[in-house]
Amino acid sequence: MQAAALAVLAAAQAQAGTIRVEPGDGAQDRLQAALIDAKPGDTVEIAAGRYDLTDGLSLDVAGVTVKGAGPAATILSFKGQKGAGEGLLVTSDDVVLRDFAVEDSRGDGIKSKGADRIVYRNVRVEWTGGPKETNGAYGLYPVESTDVLIDGAVVKGASDAGIYVGQSKNIIVRNSTAMYNVAGIEIENSYSADVHSNLAMHNTGGILVFDLPNLPQQGGHAIRVFSNRVEKNDTPNFAPKGNIVASVPTGTGVMVMANRDVHVFGNVIGDNGTTNVMVVAYQSAFTDKKYDPSARNIVVRDNQHGRAGWAPAFPGGAELAAALGGAFPSVLWDGVGGAAANVHLKDPVMTVSLNLPAQGTPITQAQPAAYAAPATAPAKDLPTIVMPAAMEAAAK
Amino acid sequence: MTRALALGLFWLGLVSASAVPEVNEALILSDAMPQRLQDFGLLVDGKTPAPGVVPYHLNTPLFSDYALKFRFVHLPKGKKAKATGDGLLDFPVGTVLIKSFGYPADMRAPDRDLRILETRLLIHRAGGWVALPYVWNAEGTEARLKRAGQRIDVSWTHSDGQVRSISYAVPNANQCKGCHVSGAAITPIGPKVRNLDDGHQLQALAKAGLLSGRTAAVHPMPVWDRPESGSVTARARAYLDANCSHCHNRAGPADTSGLWLDWDQPADTNLGIGKRPTAAGRGSVGLEFAIKPGDPAASYLVARMASTEPGIAMPELGRSVTHDEAVALVSQWIGQMK
Repeated sequence: MQAAALAVLAAAQAQAGTIRVEPGDGAQDRLQAALIDAKPGDTVEIAAGRYDLTDGLSLDVAGVTVKGAGPAATILSFKGQKGAGEGLLVTSDDVVLRDFAVEDSRGDGIKSKGADRIVYRNVRVEWTGGPKETNGAYGLYPVESTDVLIDGAVVKGASDAGIYVGQSKNIIVRNSTAMYNVAGIEIENSYSADVHSNLAMHNTGGILVFDLPNLPQQGGHAIRVFSNRVEKNDTPNFAPKGNIVASVPTGTGVMVMANRDVHVFGNVIGDNGTTNVMVVAYQSAFTDKKYDPSARNIVVRDNQHGRAGWAPAFPGGAELAAALGGAFPSVLWDGVGGAAANVHLKDPVMTVSLNLPAQGTPITQAQPAAYAAPATAPAKDLPTIVMPAAMEAAAK
Repeated sequence: MTRALALGLFWLGLVSASAVPEVNEALILSDAMPQRLQDFGLLVDGKTPAPGVVPYHLNTPLFSDYALKFRFVHLPKGKKAKATGDGLLDFPVGTVLIKSFGYPADMRAPDRDLRILETRLLIHRAGGWVALPYVWNAEGTEARLKRAGQRIDVSWTHSDGQVRSISYAVPNANQCKGCHVSGAAITPIGPKVRNLDDGHQLQALAKAGLLSGRTAAVHPMPVWDRPESGSVTARARAYLDANCSHCHNRAGPADTSGLWLDWDQPADTNLGIGKRPTAAGRGSVGLEFAIKPGDPAASYLVARMASTEPGIAMPELGRSVTHDEAVALVSQWIGQMK
């Protein structure tokens, strides 16, 4: 069955064509028409130049490559956008997006939904006015997809997360840069992800691994965060209130919430005013009986730490720091779930548990104490995430 | 003008006036996407059906910037639509659902100076449903396929006497699918048994030989703006079903939000009650809950309905002005919630 499908795809690619779009009058129509008329295997090539667009673009044809002349050369500007929720929406499988930029979209930058085996390569999404609450929520926004590869992307200014992967499976985010977003990179309600070799700097929080209730896919797990630089995350939180990232304290390096089997290792994490690594439960009240709010089976090891904790930016933070003798820890766990949570925080830096007895307990009831990893063996190493070969080839 | 020429023009006029279109069944069933709407022979003009094309209406329709809508259905000869439950009618291959959108010069006289902007076809072909948007010329004499969408500047005098001007958006083919999708397949949205059942319409369709199965819904939807047709709750839920649930349902384009607004959704967190934003970004407009019972001003569901700003406004497509009357109804519903 799969062989047959591959044969069909190969046949389609053998006759693959290129639809070239140039800037100028009617670019909106011509670009959208190209994305509608493209056949599987085709490349829509967007020539260098600036494209002032009035409406969101969308692609719903499988196996199409959308390729620009580089993220500094091919610029899709949505500054004058009148409608749609995002700059570019992809709803088909086996799509490659590469070498172009999306600027100033009114909602999300590039969203792909139910788009399996999608490759984002060397794309830039930016809100050019700097961090603002009125910027769109997500820069790159793959959701509900299996096999997601993001490589060499740059995202700046998102009022939620720069690179956000939600409710997806088998994910790699690598070699990418996220700056001046509320969350640099966020993996949410997702299974099996490698987030590595990225730079997350000057965000509110650098790299987030979250899980939320009442969603079709929840129970996030099997996430590795390694070999990243997560530094100087110092942009005051500018997320619209109500969103989960609005609760991320300014100056957070890596934050793990309500996931299981998350391994954070071999990163350089420093100059984060609140803390370098935070492991917590979901804090709000919830009614979803299938939801587990605590963080479990967590490993934090072999990270290189810079300065942290001089300005804990959340209610009660200063009091906590005072209770701890004036310094806020580099690695912090809220303690929810106790020993059964199997939380292994093994970096040789100040590491504290708040010893909160249960999910939803206010931080004022914290009993902070130095935390040593339990004697139990930490969870086994997680497997390396592997993408289908065709995706890796497309990302070359 | 010579007598011969005058006669000739008279004859041409007679011919075009008597040219009643004939539905082109073969074209409907083919894979073709003709450039001219007229080739289908479905309409005499933007709001007048050809023989064999039947008008229908919905109890609670989708709001589209106050555009007037004209809905028709064509069923292949000898075939019937089938009503089994309260949901979508089961339409045979060869069915065409037709919807024209237009504005009168003055909403207080909706029959006068009507300009039809576009006609959308939803055609049930052997391979599934196909969506084709056609845009009429300014004279209203010809409609051409516009798969990439179009913006049209429109002005009209509103029911309050004020002139309104908008940039009307004809959706592109992908945007058609953006709403008309369930799972991966294109599907009709409007003609659900519960939204067609006004006490007469289904019986009339059955009598005309166009419908088999049930002729009444178990739980018909009320008319959202007619208080005698249902409670505030029922009318608000009908409005949300017709305007939001094509995306906001468990299998729709907005399933990942966890906000599901279809008629059958129980009144729980997934209906929005006490539900925090998922990926709303600035769409939350600084509010914590989609619906905060008793407090519509603190409910972002209301705020997003009231907004006209891309990135905040809901629905994302097809609305550039606020549907004030609907915001009032949904606010009333949330206001009386305990």
